[in-house]
Amino acid sequence: MKLYDFIWLVPLFPLLGAVFNGLVSNRRGLSKKTTQTVALLGAGAAWLYGWAAVLQWFFTEDRTEPYVVKAFTWVTGGDLTIADGSTAAVDIAASFQVDPLSAVMVGFVTFVGFLIHLYSIGYMHGEPDRDYARYFSYLNLFMFAMLTLVTGSNLPVLFVGWEGVGLCSYLLIGFYYEKGWCAAAGMKAFIFNRIGDFGFLLAIFFAFHFFGTLEFKGLFDAVASDHGGHFGTAATIVGVLLFVGAIGKSAQIPLFVWLPDAMAGPTPVSALIHAATMVTAGVYMVARCNYFYQLSPTAMLTVAIIGGVTAVFAATIGLVQNDIKKVLAYSTVSQLGYMFLAAGVGGYIAAIFHVVTHAFFKACLFLGSGSVIHACDGEQDMRKMGGLKKYMPTTFWTFLVATIAIAGIPPLAGFVSKDAILAKVFEAGYTDLNHFGGIYYLLWFLGLAGAALTAFYMFRLVFMTFYGDFRGGEEAEHHLHESPWTMTLPLQILAVLSLVGGVLIGFPGQLFHLEGWSFIDRFLGPVILTHGEHHGHALSFGLEWGLVILSVAVAAAGIAVAYRFYRIDPGFTRAAHLASRFPLAYKLLLNKYWIDELYAATVIRPTLKLSDLLWEFDARVVDGAVNGTRNLTVGSSWMSGIFDLEVIDGLVNLVGTSYDVASRQFRRLQVGFAQGYAMVMVFGAALLLGIFFVVNL
Amino acid sequence: MIDATHYVALSLILFCLGLVGVMMRRNFITVLMSLELMFNAVNLNLIAFSFRLSDLAGQVLAIFVITVAAAEAAIGLGLIIALVRLKDTVALDEADVMRG
Repeated sequence: MKLYDFIWLVPLFPLLGAVFNGLVSNRRGLSKKTTQTVALLGAGAAWLYGWAAVLQWFFTEDRTEPYVVKAFTWVTGGDLTIADGSTAAVDIAASFQVDPLSAVMVGFVTFVGFLIHLYSIGYMHGEPDRDYARYFSYLNLFMFAMLTLVTGSNLPVLFVGWEGVGLCSYLLIGFYYEKGWCAAAGMKAFIFNRIGDFGFLLAIFFAFHFFGTLEFKGLFDAVASDHGGHFGTAATIVGVLLFVGAIGKSAQIPLFVWLPDAMAGPTPVSALIHAATMVTAGVYMVARCNYFYQLSPTAMLTVAIIGGVTAVFAATIGLVQNDIKKVLAYSTVSQLGYMFLAAGVGGYIAAIFHVVTHAFFKACLFLGSGSVIHACDGEQDMRKMGGLKKYMPTTFWTFLVATIAIAGIPPLAGFVSKDAILAKVFEAGYTDLNHFGGIYYLLWFLGLAGAALTAFYMFRLVFMTFYGDFRGGEEAEHHLHESPWTMTLPLQILAVLSLVGGVLIGFPGQLFHLEGWSFIDRFLGPVILTHGEHHGHALSFGLEWGLVILSVAVAAAGIAVAYRFYRIDPGFTRAAHLASRFPLAYKLLLNKYWIDELYAATVIRPTLKLSDLLWEFDARVVDGAVNGTRNLTVGSSWMSGIFDLEVIDGLVNLVGTSYDVASRQFRRLQVGFAQGYAMVMVFGAALLLGIFFVVNL
Repeated sequence: MIDATHYVALSLILFCLGLVGVMMRRNFITVLMSLELMFNAVNLNLIAFSFRLSDLAGQVLAIFVITVAAAEAAIGLGLIIALVRLKDTVALDEADVMRG
């Protein structure tokens, strides 16, 4: 039996869990034990089945071609005329595929997802039963959407997952919806995602318009068989629009502001959705659709510039934040920038590699911060922490390992993948890729600067949180405790992976004359469209090592500065002194460049004004028209009533009255005396006779 | 010589006397008697012209009138009795219940 024939079971298992927890457990308020068992079963089944199916596929199939499984026909449409004048049928299948890229994504999403489910049991145990069930229902639903996203074999199925993760993100950010600011943060995330999704949707339409298919394989073949280069414009349009979607989902400039606010959700959610998986969906999508970018230098440059600028921009904000989760959030934005920087120079594999290693160490960091917040009873301000090293040793060492990893110290995971990215970018400048060599050199420099900033703000976080003395007051100090095993076990697993994961999956062989030792490079190779240009590394051996030494030196410098400011100076007086010497720069960073205020002033307030205006229009003009019609009707019926009463009834009464008046006169004739009548008769006869005489004369 | 003109003139005088009696007198009985006078004035007229024109039809009609007058007198007397019973009088102007 081929397990991978039923790859759609992987997203289905968590969906079942979500349905049970959402419809039964939440409604009936079942016990936490039932809820967590079902949730773990959903995520665990996806993990085991996903790994088993991927492994079986790995050893039996030809890995250069995607293995597509059609679950059912989803949309059957008619024929449409596409750009080249031919017709193409709109047949969309709910089909799933196993190929190296989706295998990597399924591999780490199910695994990290399961670990975070496990962690959540410990973290959320204080919630009421129903909220507990609601939380796990959302979390399972997220797994379903994310796995649909990475296993879908065409753009519409990917879009379903894409929207699904956005929805779950919204639900989970607003999990504590009783607090207004949490609900607002959820709304903000959803709206910013929707802006990006608009681009994505347009990209899907354009892809069909230009290529007549939405299947990844069909698109790949169509683009790969294009030797005349006449798909260049099409690739630019589709590529840039897809990237607009990625900007929203992966929180890049200018749509990044939702991610820091997304920290309003429970911390495991921040780890799973807003660090490890969902926000990397944009990178996955760009890597999946790499063939468009390979054909379009413009789209590539756009991706690279936005990624590179975001990497440094977000890192600078991270330098001065005091909320532990905010630092990690800006760090995530910055790391996502690195991934796009890599994708923008054609290093899609390096980007995905960084996605995977980032999932390890950033999930570990977020879960670690969750453990810290848990111990500090919800406190997130690092200025009220400190010295936690001795209270929570496991959390401390796992956090430290992940920090060293993200800072880029060899041979930890972050170093390997980040160095692969920086080497790729430098190579793009060196080989003058698409004749934009100068810009790529500049981006490489930005990446290097970002690496130094990363090392600084991460060690600042560690020193402020775990070293020195506890600053949160005596009572809080009594409550400090190490977290339960369900929380520390995932931390330890992720820490180990942060330690060795990078070297395991992406051994930097070129540094040791061992080309082809990098598993991920060989594995993902077939997914990337190449134009037959020479493969391998353009950089000389010495240059490669030079870059490595440079990036390590830069990271070490960042750590050294952090050590000087925040370790050997417990009162942080030097940092405060520096801030007071450059008040403008400090304020700029502390207030996140006033980007939120800028958006509020330029977009949000005018939009609100406009909707106020429209409301006024609605209330005054539309309602006025409706009310006017009503008043007109009332008025005219009033007049019609008057007419009825006065004229119609008047006529009827007039008839009656006239008879009345006339009969009053006529009754006088009835004198009642027989002789009177006789007299009338006689005179009448006399009159008649008189007339008779006159006429006959 | 007495000719038809004299009979007609007499008839006219009698008729006018009867007519004035009918219209002027209050006593129902007198009114009835005046009415008889008018009938007989008509009869006299009929017979006069019958004689004058040598046509017996006029005299036949006079016989019919006398018959009808007899019936009328019977009804009239019945009415008088009814009036007396109702109003205890024979004055005709007391019978005004039909006044409009």
